[in-house]
Amino acid sequence: MSSYEARFKVWRGDEQGGGLRDFTVEVNDGEVVLDIVHRLQATQAPDLAVRWNCKAGKCGSCSAEINGRPRLMCMTRMSVFDRAETITITPLRAFPVVRDLVTDVGFNYRKAREIPAFVPPAGVGPGEYRMFQEDVDRSQEFRKCIECFLCQDTCHVVRDHEENKQAFAGPRFLMRVAELDMHPLDAAAETGLDRKRTAQDEHGLGYCNITKCCTEVCPEGIKITDNALIPLKERAVDRKYDPLVWLGSKIRRRSGT
Amino acid sequence: MSVVDRQEWDVVVVGAGGAGLRAAIEARERGARTAVICKSLFGKAHTVMAEGGIAAAMANANPHDNWQVHFRDTLRGGKFLNQWRMAELHAQEAPDRVWELETWGALFDRTKDGRISQRNFGGHEYPRLAHVGDRTGLELIRTLQQKIVALQQEDFEETGAYDSRLKVFQECTVTRVLKEGERVSGVFAYERETGRFFVLEAPAVVVATGGIGKSFKVTSNSWEYTGDGHALALLAGAPLLNMEFVQFHPTGMVWPPSVKGILVTESVRGDGGVLRNSDGKRFMFDYVPDVFKEKYAESEEEGDRWYDDPDHNRRPPELLPRDEVARAINAEVKAGRGSPHGGVFLDVSTRMPAEVIRRRLPSMYHQFKELADVDITAEAMEVGPTCHYVMGGIAVESDTAAARGVPGLYAAGEVAGGMHGSNRLGGNSLSDLLVFGRRAGRHAAEYAQRLAGRRPPVDEAQVDTAAAEALRPFSAETAGEAGPPENPYALHQELQQTMNDLVGIIRREGEMEQALHRLAELRVRARRAGVEGHRQFNPGWHLALDLRNMLLVSECVARAALERTESRGGHTREDHPAMDRAWRNVNLLCALADPTGGLASTDPARGQIRLTRETTDPIRPDLLALFEKEELVKYLAEEELYE
Repeated sequence: MSSYEARFKVWRGDEQGGGLRDFTVEVNDGEVVLDIVHRLQATQAPDLAVRWNCKAGKCGSCSAEINGRPRLMCMTRMSVFDRAETITITPLRAFPVVRDLVTDVGFNYRKAREIPAFVPPAGVGPGEYRMFQEDVDRSQEFRKCIECFLCQDTCHVVRDHEENKQAFAGPRFLMRVAELDMHPLDAAAETGLDRKRTAQDEHGLGYCNITKCCTEVCPEGIKITDNALIPLKERAVDRKYDPLVWLGSKIRRRSGT
Repeated sequence: MSVVDRQEWDVVVVGAGGAGLRAAIEARERGARTAVICKSLFGKAHTVMAEGGIAAAMANANPHDNWQVHFRDTLRGGKFLNQWRMAELHAQEAPDRVWELETWGALFDRTKDGRISQRNFGGHEYPRLAHVGDRTGLELIRTLQQKIVALQQEDFEETGAYDSRLKVFQECTVTRVLKEGERVSGVFAYERETGRFFVLEAPAVVVATGGIGKSFKVTSNSWEYTGDGHALALLAGAPLLNMEFVQFHPTGMVWPPSVKGILVTESVRGDGGVLRNSDGKRFMFDYVPDVFKEKYAESEEEGDRWYDDPDHNRRPPELLPRDEVARAINAEVKAGRGSPHGGVFLDVSTRMPAEVIRRRLPSMYHQFKELADVDITAEAMEVGPTCHYVMGGIAVESDTAAARGVPGLYAAGEVAGGMHGSNRLGGNSLSDLLVFGRRAGRHAAEYAQRLAGRRPPVDEAQVDTAAAEALRPFSAETAGEAGPPENPYALHQELQQTMNDLVGIIRREGEMEQALHRLAELRVRARRAGVEGHRQFNPGWHLALDLRNMLLVSECVARAALERTESRGGHTREDHPAMDRAWRNVNLLCALADPTGGLASTDPARGQIRLTRETTDPIRPDLLALFEKEELVKYLAEEELYE
């Protein structure tokens, strides 16, 4: 065991404003950034606001920006930083601050409501569903999502463009459309709902220019761009011309070689 | 008089994990206007941490499985202390509850012929757990969350408002259940973001707040598990049942210290992982208790053959119920045969190809790689017991999930007692949430509908008292108590250490008495728990309020554990190491010592809790007939057998 004193800058404030506060705090072997935030609460700043829950990378509550990069605090080991480095923790930039490291993530819950739910197939009762593993694999990858909203935070379509939030669901919820569209038994089409078309027309798929920032920050390693967004664009293409689909297919081919 | 926002609902569900969401769905589908209140964001509840699966006798993997076999396994796991009618309903209804999830969009792993795949787990005779890799809880919570959204979308179509019939109040905490006379009249709560108080008036309240693990230092539980629902029920006058039974999951991470306690799923063993001590020995073969001797392999060879040929071989003892495995690990470490960081070795690396491990146990692979620099495809994990689940809980009617003694109060999921007896089998929790969540939602809705037009009014004085209680930490210095304000974080740490050291996995009379004294001292100090800052999203304040609940529940655990002079399931007494048939049909009930709901008493001898014994209902003969006589004599007292 070896301990050391680390220097931190933590954003404190509320919707009225705030700033970075300096802290010096003990760090022990094997600790993650969330451990340090808890130590700050227990010893120096009892009212420091932070969301967290499972502390095991499963619930997606403790999202923040660490040295400017969107990450889960519970899955960021202190050992990835140099001991001399000052570590900066700030709240997610794409969402309004509530207090300290806590932001109002209501945007995501509003978008979730705008995606039409799974449509069960008519005439197939409970217990009668038959699906093959290779057919559920694709949607299962997207259902690994823990809704940490790091992809929503980093996506440049909304990160610094509040005005785009109305029209754009963000990677997490476009991926939800893809997940339902790829569900082997989803019967949306039978009810006249064309999920591919709604991705483009109602959820702002066209804004995405496949820079893969979302994929890079995903703590679950979901290939959001390659496996959800690009296929959704390809499926939408016969209805609406999108030059990025062409570009996307080129990029993918190149990275595959 | 306090000025607080008020709303009227038919049913209020406290907690938004599997049980709470399933209850809310049922209540709303039966026409009750339903509100859900949860401490975290919607979709973050502790249920997401469930890994292995949902136990349901669908017989997809082994055609011999049926509800009777599941019922038998559940009673054996609980050492026959289970509220047997709950275990019966659970085993019968679990398959329907799983299949229903598919109609809401859940995607379980599949068998070759396209049905839901089922995996082996400790204590289950056949492969029975529906699963999605090792992230089954996430699939469950997301499916229920998305079903709620689907219902809200229907309501939006019809009424123009998503929240008109089913609303989620996220990041809000209930501190009191309000009553008019004996009956429930609503709840008092605060919003974490603003610190504002509000009252939801409702004739029916479903408590689905989960467990108590945050009273222990080493735990797999999240911050939410502060025993809120247990305490709310106690304070409302409902008794808690068999609180001495706390499950220590055998396999939590032990290193590094900051992750100590994080769960390592039982699927690791279900899929072939083995436990070894520092001599490299598979020690579990030495720890098969008499009651299970006929059911478990006697050699490594037989155990290994079982994975491919379960009809002609017996299962390896790594798959004994959790209480047995946890005690065995504890004993090995104590005997000096532990791993470098005080656990034992759990190895899959020599049992399965790396690619299979990564596919079947992706979260475990990720968790060890990220948090401990251990590659589980190449080396063994170090694991040890961690506080995981409380079998005890609110005493409920089996069929309706109604809390005893308080009309309008219901409980489902971990917060309810009885279902699992003295020890829960892995996989039986997620099915419990669904079966009894649905039942609680149904009966709460029906009760509320019966009271339509004559809802119990909310008593202003109770609202004022609840508001004053919640604000107390802001005036700790001027409250006229002796001594300076206390740091709630420090109090919490002392409480966790006390429970861990003195009422942990192995218990002794003297230590538990000592624990009760320390709890009394902590109670006095907790009245002076003070907070800095203001009411807006203030974690110090939230913790100061949660301390009341943790202290109440911890006292229940310690008192009941001291009373039960035997070892059974999740209650192991070093001074009474054997299971005693005379205790088989004894329930211990905890009630508040002060029937008016006050918490003044700080006398350690008397405390806040009054303990009573009751004799359980005899097990119905047709259910007893599912067992062989030779097995029953190991559990039941003579007079029970003759009846």
